Amino acid sequence: MLRINHISKQFGPVVALDDIDVHVRSGEIVTLVGTSGCGKSTLLRIVAGLDTPTKGRVLIDEEPITAPHPAVGVIFQEPRLMPWLTVRQNVQFGIAGLSAAEQAQRTSAVLERVGLTAFAEALPRQLSGGMAQRVAIARALVAQPSLLLLDEPFSALDPFTKMKLQDHLLEIWSYDKPTLLLVTHDIEEALVLSDRVVVLRGHPGRIHQTLTVDLPRPRRRTDPDFQLWKQRVLDALDVTTDEPLLA
Amino acid sequence: MSESSSLYVSPAPATAPVAASTPAAEQVVLRTPGRWGWLRGAVLPALLLVVWEVLARVGVLPPNLLPAPSRVLATIWQMALTGELWEHLAITLWRVALGFLLGSALATVFGALTGYSRTLNQLLDPLLQGIRNIPSLAWVPLFILWMGIYETSKVVLIAVGVFFPVYLNLMNGIQGVDRKLVEVGRVYRLSGFQLVRRIFMPATLPAYFVGLRSGLGLGWMFVVAAEIMGANKGLGFLLVDGQMTGRPQTILASILLFAVLGQLTDALLSQLSRRLLRWQDTHRVSN
Ligand SMILES: Nc1ncnc2c1ncn2[C@@H]1O[C@H](COP(=O)(O)OP(=O)(O)OP(=O)(O)O)[C@@H](O)[C@H]1O
Ligand SMILES: [Mg+2]
Repeated sequence: MLRINHISKQFGPVVALDDIDVHVRSGEIVTLVGTSGCGKSTLLRIVAGLDTPTKGRVLIDEEPITAPHPAVGVIFQEPRLMPWLTVRQNVQFGIAGLSAAEQAQRTSAVLERVGLTAFAEALPRQLSGGMAQRVAIARALVAQPSLLLLDEPFSALDPFTKMKLQDHLLEIWSYDKPTLLLVTHDIEEALVLSDRVVVLRGHPGRIHQTLTVDLPRPRRRTDPDFQLWKQRVLDALDVTTDEPLLA
Repeated sequence: MSESSSLYVSPAPATAPVAASTPAAEQVVLRTPGRWGWLRGAVLPALLLVVWEVLARVGVLPPNLLPAPSRVLATIWQMALTGELWEHLAITLWRVALGFLLGSALATVFGALTGYSRTLNQLLDPLLQGIRNIPSLAWVPLFILWMGIYETSKVVLIAVGVFFPVYLNLMNGIQGVDRKLVEVGRVYRLSGFQLVRRIFMPATLPAYFVGLRSGLGLGWMFVVAAEIMGANKGLGFLLVDGQMTGRPQTILASILLFAVLGQLTDALLSQLSRRLLRWQDTHRVSN
């Protein structure tokens, strides 16, 4: 459903991405990991249609992407809520085209799912960081995207909220089975969530390795197999080189 | 949907007990010191007035230079009885209102254009900044020459005063809108117009109100200038009249009325902005 075809991206003299080629099947969960500055966000932005590649192109359902696609949802690293809108209005932000009844129904359902029904009329300034990020997730989900792009969606959260939201994301995924393309610095997160882990490396960012995670679901972070996989990803990232890994 | 009406104003959180208790509690905390703060602020002026009154009554202050506050109030009362007061007030308010509307309307158009469009900014902003650097009162003779001594030149002068703060704040406000929020709009494929209405307008509103309030302040300043230059009605005329006829109580009455009107109109705007900007996450609700 998503084909990233030999993408390169240059910012002036800086080559951010070099010949990235990733194909993602419908309903698949793919994670991008890699050192800081290797172009993960840039890649996601290109897929989102917020940036254009210097070379190559992105196809969603065989349609080349030149601008944001209606079936694509984006969750940014920060919540990016409109401070003047209530939680409910923020969640409804992207579905203004639907009928009022449909909007209300979908919004209530999604707020229920992220556990923010009681805060529906609160303003963003009254939310904690974790709550705000959940609103951002709800805002993306309510549009029922068939492809969801997530750029380090949980990185600003404490470990408990993070784990809860990861499980949560999987639960949501199990309903509609959207395709997920996720950027993370967190190897456990990558392993809990994904079918495949794409390891990027270096400047410019290139695909170093693609790992197919065949751990059975639901995955437990404490399983010995899980630990084994962690080591495997760490090896692929080659943390022993001079590049710092975990930003 | 009803979104257009509720876009800037958060609806009262009536249905959510948990959420509702939060803003309510915050407002109580913020308002309580506000109420007493008002009283505290009144202490010094009141004291000053009393001292002034006493000094005037015992004859320390020469009545032909600094009459007692009671005489100033009596002057206002007298003018109110003859109806003269309302005429002066009405005409001055009318001038300020017209000038403010004209100035802020033009500033909104130009500020919006130079804020959104790089090209228009490069084209228009240097010229406007240049004009801004001319002390606005320097326009007076020219305006009088062009538009006569009557209403038009006064209103235009006030509009010039109002224009620049509104223009600058709006332009800077638009340019300062968070790119990250605009990207959210792009992800949801908002049209240019929708982006303006749903993101740029609300995001710029705080800066716009700052501009409007300082514009209004300048409007009051410029109406004084305009009326001193030549008028046969208005609070500014009272200033000149009091000077010509050697009645300081008239001058002080006029000054007092200017203060009251300025304060009232600013409070009006401030109230409006507070209502519209309740969502702001500020250290303190602005006054
Ligand atoms: N708008 C831009 N203009 C110029 N250079 C940019 C721009 N955006 C990104 N870059 C450069 O492209 C490279 C990749 O940036 P990107 O943000 O995609 O990295 P990342 O992998 O997401 O890093 P992190 O893990 O720290 O978020 C960096 O060298 C960065 O300096
Ligand atoms: Mg990034």
